[in-house]
Amino acid sequence: MSTAIPQGRRPRHLTIGRIGVYAFLITAALFFMLPLWIMLVTSLKPMDEIRLGNILALPVNLTFEAWTKAWSSACTGLECNGISVGFWNSVRILIPSVILSITAGAINGYALSLWRVRGANVIFGILLLGAFIPYQVFLYPLVRIFSTTGIYNSLLCIIIVHVIFGLPTMTLLFRNYYAGLPIELFKAARIDGGGFWTIFFRVMLPMSTPIIVVAAILQVTGIWNDFIFGLTFAGRENLPMTVQLNNIVHSTQGERAYNVDMAATMLAALVPLVVYFVSGRWFVRGIAAGAVKG
Amino acid sequence: MAIVSIPTAVATSERPVKNRRINRTRLPAALALLPTALIVLVVYIGCMLWTVRLSFTSSTLLPKLDWVGFAQYSRLFMNDRFLVSAENILIFGVLFISGCLILGFMLAVFIDQNVRAEGVFRTIFLYPYAMSFVVTGVAWQWFLNPGLGLQKLVRDMGFENFTFDWLVNQQMAIYTIVIAGLWHGAGLTMAILLAGLRGVDSELWKAARIDGIPTWRVYLSIVLPLLRPMVVTATVLLATGVVKLYDLVVAMTLGGPGIATEVPAKFVMDHLFERNNIALGTAAATVMLITVVAILAPWIYAKYVRPQGRPA
Repeated sequence: MSTAIPQGRRPRHLTIGRIGVYAFLITAALFFMLPLWIMLVTSLKPMDEIRLGNILALPVNLTFEAWTKAWSSACTGLECNGISVGFWNSVRILIPSVILSITAGAINGYALSLWRVRGANVIFGILLLGAFIPYQVFLYPLVRIFSTTGIYNSLLCIIIVHVIFGLPTMTLLFRNYYAGLPIELFKAARIDGGGFWTIFFRVMLPMSTPIIVVAAILQVTGIWNDFIFGLTFAGRENLPMTVQLNNIVHSTQGERAYNVDMAATMLAALVPLVVYFVSGRWFVRGIAAGAVKG
Repeated sequence: MAIVSIPTAVATSERPVKNRRINRTRLPAALALLPTALIVLVVYIGCMLWTVRLSFTSSTLLPKLDWVGFAQYSRLFMNDRFLVSAENILIFGVLFISGCLILGFMLAVFIDQNVRAEGVFRTIFLYPYAMSFVVTGVAWQWFLNPGLGLQKLVRDMGFENFTFDWLVNQQMAIYTIVIAGLWHGAGLTMAILLAGLRGVDSELWKAARIDGIPTWRVYLSIVLPLLRPMVVTATVLLATGVVKLYDLVVAMTLGGPGIATEVPAKFVMDHLFERNNIALGTAAATVMLITVVAILAPWIYAKYVRPQGRPA
């Protein structure tokens, strides 16, 4: 199969070098699979088996008890309603944040790439620089602003924060995409008398599916995996899954229930993993395109 | 670099279209950009200046607007916790970035050898990047804990004296964070460099074969220099990750044992929101800001400012 690829190097037969290549790749693959494997097997074992047995071994007495417990009755601090609370919080944060930040990015990118607005490039430049600045530089004043306006520690607050800090990557993504489209399209639409919004909705948006997919992949994984914003801005009622997971792992009293911890970890990793496996090559494309973020 | 097909971080060459007839109709575009302009002004500039200003005050629980000069900074640089944080981020940064680049390059080169099941390997190497740092930290903490993890595993295999207690060892704990970070980020580097390798002209390989240059030599001396834009992109990505290092530490060690794995981002967060020392926290944040600007300035100059002066 490999010989069909026109570039690259000559195909080889099973030589010592060839075995070395596979040995390296398989060793590396084992290293990368290891945490996922031990999370999975640990989450399926009862605690006494974990204490006595081998961390890599398959469960002898397979049980899904830890998963049920992690989902519905594990303790995150004082409350013991499981990580399901965090899951639904994350969903409620995720959906509006993703939709709003992509919309904002698309409008910004369109206005920046095709309309010459005075000073727009300065704004864009500062925005891009902002993507590199550590979040810690903005957090305290933001907390004060939100406290003053009375929305601190609410769902609205965390959504606004995600939109604000998603702006650089989203704007960059759409700006580069629209700048790469044939300019004749835009000119023709202008000659036909299309205004700013008409051209956006009738011409640009229908052609934006690929970049919207890329943006969605980036934002869904990014916002789902966020910890610091959720911790700072969401408030106790809306803590996302990552924060809840951290609470479960660090706040259990008495002996730690590793199987429950690992089941909760698997649950928290599920959404990004599904996005990753479904999106395939798009995922890489997203990272490369949004490389300014991090 | 025509031989490289991957889009690099930012395409700066596209300029907005020149069209004189649209002058009057630009108003909606300007209005559409207004919210972003306000956010840039208030959040990205305003909050940053506010933080810097607070670092020159004596604020503790509540912000004050007095002026104490550089007093907080001299306290900061006498603070053990901050010094440990700074040292840790340096250790982590150097090992994490170089480790990811080396491991990522090796993975990319080995995958590029027309191997079978290439897609499977690629998928396995990159999936950690999709996971959160909290998940990464919790998973590695479980595997590296001396009581039930790796140490017990090896001892149960018959090596009774085997010791691997880095996670709870003050001197070594930061390296467990590096290991977890490598696991998380190496695949990303691999993906970026592999895209670069695929863009290398096949003529180059033919020429090298005719000249009888050994493969490893071609990779190191010819291909690697060609991948420079990808290496830069990957390094910038990894470096922004280094600055933001926080969740991984919180999930894995909570800064411990003792203060052995404290990092600047955690120092700031703790002082702002738990220790009620806003001035010291904002001073540390300002130091982070200055460090990032100092590191980024040459890169931004080369990438954005200089190409506008003359066509690239």
